[in-house]
Amino acid sequence: MRESEDEWTGLMRLAISGDSAAYHRLLKAVTPVLRAGARRGLARAGQPVDQSEDVVQDILLAVHLKRHTWDANAPFAPWLFAIARNKLIDTLRRRGRRVFVNVDDFAETIPDEPAAETVSANEIASVLQTLPQRQREVLQSISVESVSIKDTAAKFAMSEGAVRVALHRALASLTAKLREH
Amino acid sequence: METEQLIRTLAADNPHRARPVGFVLALALLATAPFSIVAFAMALGVRPDVMTAMHNPFFDLKFVITLALAISAIAVGLHLSRPEASLKGWGWLLLIPAGIVAAGIAGEMMMPQRLPMMTRLIGNNSRVCMTAIPLLSLPLLAGALVGLRHGAPARPALAGALAGLISAGLAATLYASHCTDDSPLFVATWYPIATAMVTAAGALIGARVLRF
Repeated sequence: MRESEDEWTGLMRLAISGDSAAYHRLLKAVTPVLRAGARRGLARAGQPVDQSEDVVQDILLAVHLKRHTWDANAPFAPWLFAIARNKLIDTLRRRGRRVFVNVDDFAETIPDEPAAETVSANEIASVLQTLPQRQREVLQSISVESVSIKDTAAKFAMSEGAVRVALHRALASLTAKLREH
Repeated sequence: METEQLIRTLAADNPHRARPVGFVLALALLATAPFSIVAFAMALGVRPDVMTAMHNPFFDLKFVITLALAISAIAVGLHLSRPEASLKGWGWLLLIPAGIVAAGIAGEMMMPQRLPMMTRLIGNNSRVCMTAIPLLSLPLLAGALVGLRHGAPARPALAGALAGLISAGLAATLYASHCTDDSPLFVATWYPIATAMVTAAGALIGARVLRF
């Protein structure tokens, strides 16, 4: 348990110094743990656990957009679990539930049973339609169609810089809209 | 969208670097301060006898108190903009301005006074004080909220209250240069009432806008 936490901290430091592959590995490594915590939290609140993937994606977006609030000298896991708890509480509140999030829901780095790689959630897909066209096209090209930033730029006759800006804006407005959702 | 697709997308956006919360807060306060300063200059202005007043340690003490409030609130507010942070070990910073006021009152007590205690406490400007500080703090409150919104506070209402303290401390610094009541007894009575109003407003707004 300790070891994986140390590994996460190391990966996050690499990510922040610009190593996107390390960032990808980190997000992949934490996802099953977040999924297990989300399932525990939803089950405790009497909510259907099949919504856990929406919570997981919500958490991942928040981790991404708020990673500048992580102190690189501090361990990563407490920061991650604080974000996760916050997002779970938000989700339950939006559904009008009295919130009793147990601090232990996100406290262990025990992953869920190895889930299939293709876990899908609906919330992002429904909010995606409300984004400005250019942002939506860029986001879909990179996420769903798995086209690189370079090829996406060529496809839409944009500069790579403009694609990067559109991608980041799309992720930020997606998060803002999910919050109002 | 599949989670794996989302993860790949986030990794593609990894080169994007956000500014630190402290930087954005400083920028937002600098951008909103002129509104408060211009409003202050037009409506109130620095008191005319400021040159002589500066030789009165109790006049100067007011700025020490209000700036101590603003600075400690900034420190605690920035700390709370990290999701795993709590007030534990940090809350005492907010007692520093109160401690300075208490020391000021004790200091004044030891000196011979022309006016009785209650007269000094009630002063001449209590109503202006309670109106001006909240109004002058409004632009700065907006700035502080924008700055802290860049963070990820686990308790948005608490972070909003700190935005209120930051803006009240800065607005009170402006107001203190106008007010002719320099007794720490006056400061200990009316400034906290004005500050409490701004803090409550900050907490109410923060609960809505500081969720991330």
